[in-house]
Amino acid sequence: MMPELGHYALVLALALGIVQAVAPLLGALQRDTALMRLGTSTAVMQFVFVGASFAALTVCYVTSDFSVVNVFENSHSAMPLIYKFTSVWGNHEGSMLLWVLILAMFGASVAAFGGNLPATLKANVLAVQSWIACTFYLFILLTSNPFLRVAQPPFEGRDLNPILQDIGLAVHPPLLYLGYVGFSISFSFAIAALIEGRIDAAWARWVRPWTLAAWMFLTVGIAMGSYWAYYELGWGGYWFWDPVENASLMPWIAGTALLHSAVVMEKRNALKIWTVLLAILAFSLSLIGTFLVRSGVLTSVHTFASDPSRGVFILMILIFFIGGGLALFAWRAPLLKQGGLFSPVSREGALVFNNLFLTTACLTVFVGTLYPLALEAVTGEKISVGAPFFNLTFGPLFIPLLLAMPFGPLLAWKRGDILGVAQRLMAAFAIGLVAIAVSFALMGVSSVLAPFGIGLAFYVMAGSLVDLVERSGLFRMPFATVRARTAGLPRSVWGTAVAHFGMAVTLLGIVCATTWGEERIVALKQGQSVSLSGYELSFDGMTQRTGPNFRELAAKFTARSGGVAIGVMEPSKRSFSARNSSTSEAALLTRGFSQLYLSLGDVNEDGSVAVRLYHKPLVLLIWLGSLVMALGGALSLSDRRLRVGAPKPAKKSVSKPSTLQPAE
Amino acid sequence: MTRKQRRLILIGGSLGVLAIAAVLVLSALSDSIVFFNSPTDIVQKQLKPGTRVRVGGLVKPGSLERGEKLNVRFAVTDGNHDIAVRYQGIVPDLFREGQGVVTEGKIEADGSFVADSVLAKHDENYMPREVVDALKQSGRWQEGEMKTDAHVVSKPQ
Repeated sequence: MMPELGHYALVLALALGIVQAVAPLLGALQRDTALMRLGTSTAVMQFVFVGASFAALTVCYVTSDFSVVNVFENSHSAMPLIYKFTSVWGNHEGSMLLWVLILAMFGASVAAFGGNLPATLKANVLAVQSWIACTFYLFILLTSNPFLRVAQPPFEGRDLNPILQDIGLAVHPPLLYLGYVGFSISFSFAIAALIEGRIDAAWARWVRPWTLAAWMFLTVGIAMGSYWAYYELGWGGYWFWDPVENASLMPWIAGTALLHSAVVMEKRNALKIWTVLLAILAFSLSLIGTFLVRSGVLTSVHTFASDPSRGVFILMILIFFIGGGLALFAWRAPLLKQGGLFSPVSREGALVFNNLFLTTACLTVFVGTLYPLALEAVTGEKISVGAPFFNLTFGPLFIPLLLAMPFGPLLAWKRGDILGVAQRLMAAFAIGLVAIAVSFALMGVSSVLAPFGIGLAFYVMAGSLVDLVERSGLFRMPFATVRARTAGLPRSVWGTAVAHFGMAVTLLGIVCATTWGEERIVALKQGQSVSLSGYELSFDGMTQRTGPNFRELAAKFTARSGGVAIGVMEPSKRSFSARNSSTSEAALLTRGFSQLYLSLGDVNEDGSVAVRLYHKPLVLLIWLGSLVMALGGALSLSDRRLRVGAPKPAKKSVSKPSTLQPAE
Repeated sequence: MTRKQRRLILIGGSLGVLAIAAVLVLSALSDSIVFFNSPTDIVQKQLKPGTRVRVGGLVKPGSLERGEKLNVRFAVTDGNHDIAVRYQGIVPDLFREGQGVVTEGKIEADGSFVADSVLAKHDENYMPREVVDALKQSGRWQEGEMKTDAHVVSKPQ
């Protein structure tokens, strides 16, 4: 009964979606308020029905209803409850259902919180949103139905892929999808603006919070995915430039560029056409990411199974939305009036610089990701483009960006004084130079580039804080004044500083973990020990354990530093009988921001066991930095400015926030 | 500065950055891409010793030998030809005889292959796509034998 209900709810959502894709558009065209309002209620109801459909699938998983093919193929009755929940999206069909659930959620939030939008804009946005939703409902119903039944229900399921049975998987896909799909709102706003042929600074103010929210989720989602790969796959790597990782990085870069260009549009009414284009591109890249991951053209852990009809279907969706979006852009963009002159050296100029380098960096990732596919399609040659390519292209493009990062927020709008800003950044330059000198002194000349990387990171960290320090009067004024001024600073200023600071923290982690990380692979017998980077690990013995749906062979190691025991590490190998498959569970020992990482290899005939031991200095900064970046986004999102003009019962006339002064 | 001059600066700057990026991409592409080959390709193409390539196929049953110090020797086969592979390190969890594998490394002067990374699949149902294609080419692929596509577990450089 449950799967049929879920299936039915999804069909109903599609029916509502079709109404919502047409009615508000017509309403906006004919200025018919009733038709335009229809979109608001259908958007909320779509969310309710997709939610019901998702809940139905979840119930099938939790009750281990193996008469549903999808559950049979991806679940096991002995699996812990949490993984029964997460396996809902640990497969192709279920993850697409999660995709549309989040899409419907965003649509419903625009309907619910968009009370201050002009009626026609809101109607158009909801209609475009529904176009996207309908194509994906159709995709699920026609090619990837998760509710299909088998006539003879098996007694036991085939279990979830063991590497996906992990808490990292519980959070990574939903966060990533919140980011991917969140950009659909920016896309819908851009298309709606093009349909109306009118766009102003207020538009940027409405789009920014959605973009910011999507960007935050994507930031945390990518970081989570990277941490999951780090501890679960057992090689201690955190980023492999795997096409699927790139597929999530590209929308992130485009989204970052969009956030920055929307600032220019909001404050200075300039870069309108470019911002609209970026909004289209950011979501297009999300769609391309979905296509790459879901169509099976790539080999990856994310590709659950391949079926050509799905690939073709997603390709059609891709062509329709990207092609349609860009065609509409080419047709209507010339109608949008340009405004706001600025000199090349100015805040606007700095943001253009940012956009230029971000989009170019995004382009190099795009080329590196799709070139092998294109080459294989044309010549049949199979190649792999790996980390060296991206290090040589992406890296050099990010250096000027990071160098310029502290300058941006310090430059004045319209016309800036670059020498004056350089003077204000003197302290930051000094800190960067000291960091370079100290790294050379401590680590020697083993790596020439790394100290400069560290210097760059410290310079950006210090430079991000300059604006805060100056504005709060720190070091110059009495403490009480500083406190008052600090509290009075706009949250967006905090957001910028914190996010830029986070970027530098991530950079520091990457440089240190990559350059001074050490690795040893050895075979050990019981009682033997291995030392690395000042730590000594002794092998105490092996134990057999049984988990809910696996058997585990764990090795016990005692870690010592300077002869003092600092912890026990128990890496293990799990074998899952249902899939005749096994995974390695790495053991991590955290020391400050650094980690010792131990994973097991094979057990040899002579009783020795192969182990892989890494010391990763400051590796945790990579993910902490991403969290700090997301925190910056959250601070900026909480800025009063973005809430100004929110619907207030007392003042109904606040429909044009463009007439309000920016809070800054 | 006139509007025209500003626009020229902007366009000039953008083209400059794009040109730099194009140079970076082209030079990186010529240096850092690795071609995939089946054992038959390796034998037929007569690649120069020292060339970096990926070789994929099945681990030949009976060929796996484990030596001292984590040395591993095995043969990769596509049914028509075999390539002897040497590797030092830990092989992936699902590395087994008769299973699909992709290795990356250099060809030695004696025609053997020294791998610095060994990639196996991530799931017993699936096979790296390159391996499937290589087996199809050599005519050893039976349709429906295994589903294609899954994770190729790669060990980073």
